[in-house]
Amino acid sequence: MWKKVYEWLDERLGLNDLYKNILDRPEPKGTWWNTLGSASLFLFILQGVTGIFLMVYYTPSPDHAYDSINYIMNGVAFGWLIRGIHHWGATLMIIVVFIHMLRVFVTASFKYPRELTWLVGTGLFILTLGMGFTGYLLPWDQQSYWATTVGTQIAGSMPFIGDFILKVLRGGEDLSALTLQRFFAAHVWMLPAALAGLIGLHLYLIIKHGESHFPSKED
Amino acid sequence: MPDSDISRRGFITAVAGIVGGIIGVAIGVPAVAYLLDPAFKSNAKEAWIPIGKLADMQMGKPYQFSFTRVQVNGWERTSTSYGGFVIRKSDNPNDMIIFNSRCTHLGCTVNWQDDAQAFICPCHDGKFSKDGVVLAGPPPRPLDQYADFRLTNDGVLEIYYKGS
Repeated sequence: MWKKVYEWLDERLGLNDLYKNILDRPEPKGTWWNTLGSASLFLFILQGVTGIFLMVYYTPSPDHAYDSINYIMNGVAFGWLIRGIHHWGATLMIIVVFIHMLRVFVTASFKYPRELTWLVGTGLFILTLGMGFTGYLLPWDQQSYWATTVGTQIAGSMPFIGDFILKVLRGGEDLSALTLQRFFAAHVWMLPAALAGLIGLHLYLIIKHGESHFPSKED
Repeated sequence: MPDSDISRRGFITAVAGIVGGIIGVAIGVPAVAYLLDPAFKSNAKEAWIPIGKLADMQMGKPYQFSFTRVQVNGWERTSTSYGGFVIRKSDNPNDMIIFNSRCTHLGCTVNWQDDAQAFICPCHDGKFSKDGVVLAGPPPRPLDQYADFRLTNDGVLEIYYKGS
């Protein structure tokens, strides 16, 4: 029965081919260091899912942002768990993505024909940092308020265009409701959408070129 | 295990499936509870509310009272004011009517008017008698009453508030 259903689906969706090409593709002999990309992908999905769940109770307004997070932590069943995973997952994701990048650099996996994979990867790293930067403001407590004050100030210290960048980031001269709102928009839609798109491209390139061998002595 | 039926591949697949399943359940079950949480909560609204000393309530003259209830929904607090009138009919502490001052038409607050001897709603001129019966205007039914009330040992009248 199930076999029949599966065969019907496979004939139309090409599940077997997908499986063979994506999950069952040949790999050079690797180590645990080769698993960091998959770990990053897992963390991205985990952050996405917990983030969507947090949005059920969070509200990005200066009046209620802090209270709503307080409510998530103390009032909602397992709210502490969902937010805890999102909070620590964020830190872990930056660490894992960074070590993944170091591994690719050390094993020289960025060379021909994988230059584009590397370039897209650096974009992914910057977007990940952007997710960390924008997410940090959302609890709207003293720590996040001043961290964002300083962070945007640093961006604003750039010569000539610094003042403009500062205003774009803050949505005006000061850190305000506009800042919180645009950081929220960036955190839940703009950056994740860009991340998802680039991850798709990154994965396509990896599947197309396969993973690189570790360099041997002759290299 | 020399003649094992399990291949290396099958073993890894099984382990990945089991570990993934455990992680999925460990996160999925709390996630569902998290989503459904508000549906399992009831904010108990009922309470005994003290509205005044019986000694202050004169015979035959409506005694006005008001109280405020704070409703907490998640992180939002809404306080709503309620009011009403006590009308004592005799010396017997149980022989009284307690009206809700909310007009039964559209919810404005009615006032007692001594010269008219009636409760008048300022919004659409609804008019209720001392017994709460509609005398004139659009209200569809008599004034609501707080039917449950009690007297504490130190002479304070309390009404049982049910949530509206």
